[in-house]
Order: sequence, then C-alpha cells, then structure tokens
Amino acid sequence: MGNSVCKGKTVFMDTTRIKSLQNSSTGVIKAGEHKIKSHLSTESQGLSCFTQDHSDQRDGREIVQGFLGQNKVMIFSVTSCQLSAQVKELFRSMKVSFCVLELDQREDRQEIQQALWELTEQRELPSVFVNRQHIGDWEKTSQAHREGRLQALLDMQEVNLSPDLYDYDLLVIGGGSGGLAAAKEAATYGKKVVVLDYVTPTPKGTTWGLGGTCVNVGCIPKKLMHQAAILGQAIRDSQRYGWELQEKVSHNWRNMRQAVQDHIGSLRFGYSKALRDSKVTYMNAYGEFVGPHQIKATNSKGKETFYTAATFIIATGERPRYLGIPGDKEYCITSDDLFSLPQSPGRTLVVGASYVALECAGFLAGLGLDISVMVRSILLRGFDQHMANKIGEHMEQHGVTFIRQFVPTKVRDEYHPYIFRSSEETVGVELLVYSSFVWFLQVLLAVGRDACTRTIGLDTVGVKINVKTGKIPVNEEEQTNVPHIYAIGDVLEGKLELTPVAIQAGRLLARRLYAEHSTKCDYTNIPTTVFTPLEYGACGLSEEDSIQKYGEDNIEVYHSNFWPLEWTVPARDNNTCYAKIICYKQDSERVVGFHVLGPNAGEMTQGFAAAMKCGMTKEQLDNTIGIHPVCAEVFTTLSVTKRSGGDIAKGGC
Amino acid sequence: MAALCKWRHRLKPAVFFQNAARRQLSDKHDYDLLVIGGGSGGLACSKEAAQFGKKVAVLDYVESSPKGTKWGLGGTCVNVGCIPKKLMHQAALLGGAVKDAQKYGWRIPSPITHDWLTMAPAVQDYIRSLNWGHRVQLQDKKVKYLNLKGSLMDGHTVRAVSETGKESVFTAGNIVIATGGRPKYPTHIPGSLEYGISSDDIFWLKESPGKTLVVGASYVALECAGFLTGIGLDTSVMVRSIPLRGFDQQIACLVTDYMGSYGTKFHWKCSPSKVEKLETGRLLVSWTDLDSGKEDQDTFDTVLWAVGRTPETRALSLEKVGVKMNRETGKIIVSADEATSVPNIYAIGDIAEGRPELTPTAIQAGKLLARRLFGKSSKLMDYDCVPTTVFTPLEYGSVGLSEEEAVRRHGEDGIEVFHAFYKPLEFTVAERDASQCYIKMVCLREGAQRILGFHFTGPNAGEVTQGFALAIKCGATYTQLMATVGIHPTSAEEIIKLHITKRSGLDPTVTGC
Repeated sequence: MGNSVCKGKTVFMDTTRIKSLQNSSTGVIKAGEHKIKSHLSTESQGLSCFTQDHSDQRDGREIVQGFLGQNKVMIFSVTSCQLSAQVKELFRSMKVSFCVLELDQREDRQEIQQALWELTEQRELPSVFVNRQHIGDWEKTSQAHREGRLQALLDMQEVNLSPDLYDYDLLVIGGGSGGLAAAKEAATYGKKVVVLDYVTPTPKGTTWGLGGTCVNVGCIPKKLMHQAAILGQAIRDSQRYGWELQEKVSHNWRNMRQAVQDHIGSLRFGYSKALRDSKVTYMNAYGEFVGPHQIKATNSKGKETFYTAATFIIATGERPRYLGIPGDKEYCITSDDLFSLPQSPGRTLVVGASYVALECAGFLAGLGLDISVMVRSILLRGFDQHMANKIGEHMEQHGVTFIRQFVPTKVRDEYHPYIFRSSEETVGVELLVYSSFVWFLQVLLAVGRDACTRTIGLDTVGVKINVKTGKIPVNEEEQTNVPHIYAIGDVLEGKLELTPVAIQAGRLLARRLYAEHSTKCDYTNIPTTVFTPLEYGACGLSEEDSIQKYGEDNIEVYHSNFWPLEWTVPARDNNTCYAKIICYKQDSERVVGFHVLGPNAGEMTQGFAAAMKCGMTKEQLDNTIGIHPVCAEVFTTLSVTKRSGGDIAKGGC
Repeated sequence: MAALCKWRHRLKPAVFFQNAARRQLSDKHDYDLLVIGGGSGGLACSKEAAQFGKKVAVLDYVESSPKGTKWGLGGTCVNVGCIPKKLMHQAALLGGAVKDAQKYGWRIPSPITHDWLTMAPAVQDYIRSLNWGHRVQLQDKKVKYLNLKGSLMDGHTVRAVSETGKESVFTAGNIVIATGGRPKYPTHIPGSLEYGISSDDIFWLKESPGKTLVVGASYVALECAGFLTGIGLDTSVMVRSIPLRGFDQQIACLVTDYMGSYGTKFHWKCSPSKVEKLETGRLLVSWTDLDSGKEDQDTFDTVLWAVGRTPETRALSLEKVGVKMNRETGKIIVSADEATSVPNIYAIGDIAEGRPELTPTAIQAGKLLARRLFGKSSKLMDYDCVPTTVFTPLEYGSVGLSEEEAVRRHGEDGIEVFHAFYKPLEFTVAERDASQCYIKMVCLREGAQRILGFHFTGPNAGEVTQGFALAIKCGATYTQLMATVGIHPTSAEEIIKLHITKRSGLDPTVTGC
C-alpha cells in the first residue's frame, strides 16, 4: 500500500502556466452544456470536469475550490494509483457520479497538491471530497462508507450545478444601501434574490440590524445628531429673535439617543418590509464564498447553510479601523458605537481628521461637550484643503480643541482623581510628547475605515482585492475579475464612499444585469456634503485637483464670503461662510468644481450638482437670477477671482 | 431750462449717433444718469453706471405710510420687504426649532414666550445697518444720493422736492425710474385706511400686533400671517378667491394647508365690509361670506391689508412727459431693453409692466441697463425662468412654469409631471407632520423630457431651488436630473429621485431612504 500512497511537493510555483491549460479547457460554460459535461466526467480523466475560469492568475487553491464548488463528489487522483481506482470503483458501485482530476496529467499538479495540503493537511492521494467536505484517502473513504457516513453525505442537499438550478438568480452579500438597492431592483425584474446581512459586533459589543452603515451608524444618526447640535445653536439664536427662555437649557444625551435610535428602528422596519414586499429573501447570516457559485451562510447561532446563485454582488462596505496601539480595542469606541452609547460620552478625544472625525467632534461640541480632536497631519484628506482648513478654523472658534501633529500611543483605563468618575469608563490617552496622561472620558477613533473583504472567502473564488487596502477593483460595470461576481459601494477601489453612489450603482447594475439597460454609473461630478458645524457642500474637483488636471493658468477661481441673513440678527460668524467655484477657462469657463461652506450646504449643493451635469458655465451662473434672500444666491453674483486677490467680504444686499 | 431741454431733445440725432450725441450733451447735463428711486434696482443701476466713470445721482424719498411709517435708503426689499420678512420668518422658524429641540434632547423650561419688543428692534437695527451700508456704498462709488422726491419735467429734466418743500431741478442724459410699488388699501371699505396697516408698517410696529387679521392671499399676506402665527399670535387670513394667484395652485393649497395645521385660521371666500374701532381700542371687523352671503364679525388688535401693490407713479408726472403706462395696472410700459415710450427714460423693477416683482430681477435689470447705456454692452435682461421663494412657514420654491401654465402651453398630453411627497429627515425625530412637503417637476413629455417647471415645498426651499434654477437655465432634462447623484441625507436629494408620474396615479409618497 505504501508505494501507492502518492505524495505531493510543497513548492509554490508561478501560475502563468495554468493559463494555457485553462484556456484549452474552459470558457464561459453555458447552462445545459455544463450539466452534461459534469455528468460525462464520471468516467473520464483529467480536465474533463472542471470549473469555470476566466482569470489568468489563478493558483492551485482557486482551482481546487473551483472543482469542489461544482462537483458533489470530487476525487483528486493519479492515473497509476491503485487506490484511486478502488475509490472510483466504490462510487461506481454506489451508482454515484463523480468527478476525477488526474493530477499526473496536469502541468499544475504541484500547485494543486500544495493547495490540497493547505486545505486538508494531508498529502495522500487519492483525496476524496463529498459536498465539499474532505473525506480523505481510500482508507478513510471506505471507512466512511462502512459507517454509513458517506451515504449520509451523499444524501445531503444536492449542490446545484447549472445556473437554472441555482438557489437564486442573485445573491447579495451585505444589506446596506447599495446591496438593498440592487436586490430590490433585481427583484422587480422577477429575479429570485437573496440578501445576506450580518453585523459583526464591535469590540465594545455594539451591533445593529439591516440597512448597513448609512442607516445605523452613518449618515442618518450623524445628521440627526448634527441637527440636535444645530438646534442648540437655534436655541441661542432664538433669544436674539425675541424668544424668552426662563432658565439655562441643557442637553440630555439619553433622550436624543433614544429618539435617534427609534427613528433608525423605524427605517430598519421599513427596509425589511420593502424587501418582503419586493419578494427579496433576507437572511441575517454571515456570507462567505465557498465555491464560485456557492456561499456559506452562518447565522448568529453558528448554524451554517449553503446557498448557490448565478450572480453575486459584494456590498459588504467598510468598518472603522483601529489604531493597533495598546488599549485601543479595549477602551476606545468608534462611530460604530457612538450613536448608541447609553450615556453621554462626556469629555471626548476624537482621533483622526476624516469627515467622520470632524462631523462627530462637531456635533458633540455642539451638544455642549468638551471635545478635542487629535490630528496627525491634515484635515479632510482628499477634500479641497482651503475649505478643509476653514472648517477647522470654524470648529476651533466654536470651542473644539485641535491637538495637531500628534498620534496617540497608548490608551489606559485608570482612575483619575481629578475627573468625575461616571458610570462610564474613564480612559486616559497617553500622548507622544506629553509628560503625563491627558484624560478623557471617552476616546473616539475615526482614523479611517477598512473594507470588509478579507473574511468573505474572496480568495476561495479568486476575486482580486487590493492587498493593501482590501478594496475590490472593478471595471466600469462594477464587475470584479470573476465575471459573475460584482461589487458595489464602499468596497470598491477608487470610488467615492457615499450612500447615493452605492444606491445608484446598485440599481443601475441590476438594470444592466436583468433589464437589458446599458447605463453605467457615472462616478464623476458626484456631490457630497460634510455635516460639520459649518456644513460643507462640494461637487466636482477640488482646487488642488483642478490645478493638477488643467494647470493653474487654465482655471479661474471665483469666490466670495457670505453672511446668511439668519445670522445677522444674532450677529454671529460674519465672513465665515464661503462660496467658491472653479472654472475651466478653455471650455467657456465651465464649472469643474463647486464648493460651499454654510448652513444647509447640502440643500444648496444638490441643484448645482444637477446643473454641473448639464455643463454649467460661469456665464450661465451669471445669467441666473438669484433667490432673495437666500445663501445660494451668492453663486449668481460671484465676481472676484482668487487670482485678483480682491476683497471678498460681503456687504449689504 | 425745461424748454431748453425740450429743444435739445428735439435735436437729438438718429439712433446711430445717439452715443456720440450723449457724450457731447453730458457736459451740459447735471448728470449722465439720474435714477428716481433708491431701491434694489435703482441702487444697482446707479452703482453700475458709476463704475463706468459716469456722473450719477439717485433720488430717494419715502412717502410715509398712512400710519406714518417711514424708513431709509434701500427701498422695499431692505426696509419693508424681503429682509425684515425673512428675519421675522426666521424668528418664527426658531420658535419651531425650540420646540423641535426638546425632541432632540434639549431640556427647555416651558413655557416659552415671544417678545416682539426684542425681535422688532433687532430686525430694525439690522435694517438700519443696511441703510447705512447703502449710503456708504453710494459714497464709495461716487454716486450722489439725494433724499428728494423726484418728478419728471421732460425727457431730461427732473424736479426734486425736499421734505421741507424746497425745490430744485436737475438735468440728466438718462433717467431711470425705479420707484417700485406700495401696498394697496381697499379704500372702499370704511375704516380701512384709518384703522388698518400694511406690510409697510408691520415690521416697524412699536408693539406686538396682537390678534391680527390679514386680508389677502398674496404671498405678502401669507408670509406675514405665517410668521405672526409662528411667534405665537392669534392670526387669521381672509381670502376672497384663491391663494397665491399666479403660482402653481396645487402647491398654493399645500402651503395654506400647512399654515392651517400650524394654527393660522383661514376665512375662505370672505370679503371684509367694515372696520370699526371699539372703545377698548380694538378693531371690530365685519365681513361677508361670499358663498352664503352671511355677515360675520370679530374683534382684532390689528388689521393688515395685503391685497396687492400699486406702482408708485403718482408723483412722477409721467403723463406730462408722455411716458406710456398700462391703464389697468398703472405700470410703465417698457421694451425688452427697459426703455419707456420716451427716449432716454427707462424703467426697471416693480414699476415696469410685465416684470416679476423681485429684488434680484430689478438688480440684474438695473446692472444690465447701466452696462448697455455706458458700457458698450448689448446684453438684454433674460426674464425667463426666474426662480422665487415664498417664505411661508412651509417654504415654497419655484422656477419655471406652474402645472396649469404648462398644460395651457403644451396641453395635458404634452407634459409629464413627476412628483413626490417626502419627509425631511429633521422632521422625523421632531415628530413633525410632513404631509405638505412636496416636490413637483413639470417636464415636456417628448424626448429627453426637458424641465419646464420646478416646485418644491419644505424647509430651506430657497436654498434648494437656486441650484435647480441654474440647471433649468442650462436646459436640464429629466434624464440629466436622474443621472445626478443625490446628497444624502438632504431633502433636495428627493428631487433627483423623482420617478412617479402624476399620470400613473401611483402613490407618490417617498418611503425609506
């Protein structure tokens, strides 16, 4: 028996040679054809049963997974091996069809054997799998047969092998904005759609339901809490407008949190109802690829179920990043935790200068809390820096402390005699050069977000990700390198991380897949708004990017300060609000960048974004009549160029 | 002098030589440009003209309202229009914000009350700062400001009378009339003039108007009634026929519905017949229900007439110099370049026939006119697609055609109306009713579906509308709008998500986000 145990080598080889092999054998397999081939493969050799492959960079692991994903009984064998013959004979006797891969007939034998070793930690051939489960060599297989386990495995639900036999037409991993939009849209075309959504609890134990980041721990709660802060300002303003308040007002975090969470709850309810109404199946389970067309879904109780689908959309989004310093996961919170904190965070350190960091710091300060923001380098990377700095200045003027060019190195939980110890944890942050700890009641990390792509089995099916960022590169049709697997939303490489973008992309993708539409998602001129205390609306290029793209001499920047009429009576923040447009001179001063800082910046920006889609020029801006008296009218009267250095202080109307 | 000018006028050469002639004549006139009326349009025109090195004067004189209210430089918008009304609207909104704030976790000791005597002086102080700002700007730009009442003597001559009755005469190469309008009084109603006030007075009242009856359903009426209700006053509106004539009527109803749900009382199809002053000092108003003919009455502290505005032409002696007017409206008939029937006399702003009565149009028209007169420009004012916003408690922004007008021009089958009822995110936690928050986009039905009209009710309607006005100016189509990505979470994003047509009869309520 010894000489018939076939051992493999554990050498990694480059995978270029596989290409020719795969090309010779595959292509996109059509429904029926595939089924027949699988059937015929029972008695055949080598490449006769196979997996779909469209990539030229697949390694052994992918090939193995490919075979496993598509064949109920899979035998990795060697032609000369006596035991292999016995295994085949066993299955024949059970009248079970099987697929054999004769490794000695493949050039990539070593890669495959290496992959088998990694998968099973056994080198013996033949290596038998039933329903993806590794049985083992001849000895183990015959033992399983004797004990009836083999038959039991074979009796398990059939792994569908043909697209028309897949469980679903479309399987969406991730029930956030993008995933839900795509799923619902696909369902309107009569497709059978399932959405898997599962929220891994944060280190602090926070978790939530359907709807993804935007609804649960993003746009919605942050805008509502921003609104709470804005209303705090409104209360102060109102006294100047004649409203008489008897005593000093204070803010109750718990009441706000409850109100915000109630609203989120109602949105979630709406989402599940919308899914039900559109006949999309929703599963609260963690989805992970186990085969090119197969997903393992694990629910919160650890129960595993397998589903197959013809097409997949990855829309798993991102989760906040931790710093990797001592104490970060134990003591720090992220935006995933903030909105559902049972009690006010109190004196808080916000680490980071992303829009998440500044938005959170902004509304926390607006609610009357003592807030510091620790910034390593610049504010709002990727945004127009002129605007970013103005936002920072405004926040500083309104009581936010910026600790610039520092990074936290350690977070400890210690009793501090000078800090009121509430029921919340008392957390200290040790700064690099500070001789002693600086104390905070809460530390909020907002240092970036990581794509949730590393633990959903993408390597199993060969979906390429950017190794560094974890993001998924896609073509302009949101298709990954694996043709039947698409990705939308925040997991995409080089695309804006915005809810409406994900929704738009999801919807259009579903239409292209199922309704013969051809419209692709246009990722240019996408408007966005940062809900810092002074809101920032932007569309198109930043000044830096336009200079880089067109050259400094070819652009003209028009700008102006403005003073919202509403702010005049309370006499606050004169010359803080700011409007800027960037025009490309060579193209009749077409507006390529739109930037505004002021109240309701989002509401202002939307229409201008639509106008930019229509090719808005400076002349058209000038020809449009303003609406008096609103902030947005400033854009119809911009006359000072930045180049001129002219005065932009706004006087009168 | 007048005769001399007439003679010059008769000698005026053909149009081709007009500019040369003007240059020659300018030395002989006191001014190159004389503007009668220091409101938005007049000031803009005079300042722009001065930029070209011209000698410019502005005559501005505010005739007291029947109640005796007077104000400074800047015209209606600054003193008794847009500015004070938006500030008082803001005061009302803040009252709502304070209530909302409690839902957002702010602990506010109740009850909260509003003090007119804090608000009104704050608003008036700001107006005075603007009056001052305008004076300074004129000075900086070397425009002569004359606090005198002007009237025309001939095509180049203006007689000016001071408050004390002192007369002076000025000549000018060009004269621009920008005297605007003033509120109308229904003088046929006994007591209307003696006991009623108008929007000229409301912002300058020394004490709270108290229980107020607003007569009229113009935007002025609804805006005033809206903020008065908002600051906690018992306010009623008496409407003879329809609200917001000229605006989209479906929206007008939503706006008044919202006001009704926030406490403004409406007396529909009623017309006041008499105002009497009681011994208590309160006003007894009698009115007739136009449907039933029934008489009714109630007492108020204040009666505010907002039944329209009359162009301020009385003192100008327009007939004398032959400036043609529309007899019905009393407005001055102008051509596309703002010229009146008399050469060298132009009219801009609310006084000009067929022009929208809006500050920014007057400003733009004034600027462009000055550029054409003195800056070798030929660019005409484009009065098409002028956006506007009504600052009722539920703000209403619009640009382009109303649905009715679109149907009239293109036929019911020629247009497609997309619409949606949406809920602003701010309303959710505040537990506000959003039944009247609505968006309507009127498009051509054919092809890419060019947008003809845009209508939006909701918070910050003005801010939302401005950009879309621009998009429509750029010829936006429904298709282009749909290709625009939304800004989440805003109210404005609902616009680019519009997909339900009125024709389909489907429920236009937006659900989820």
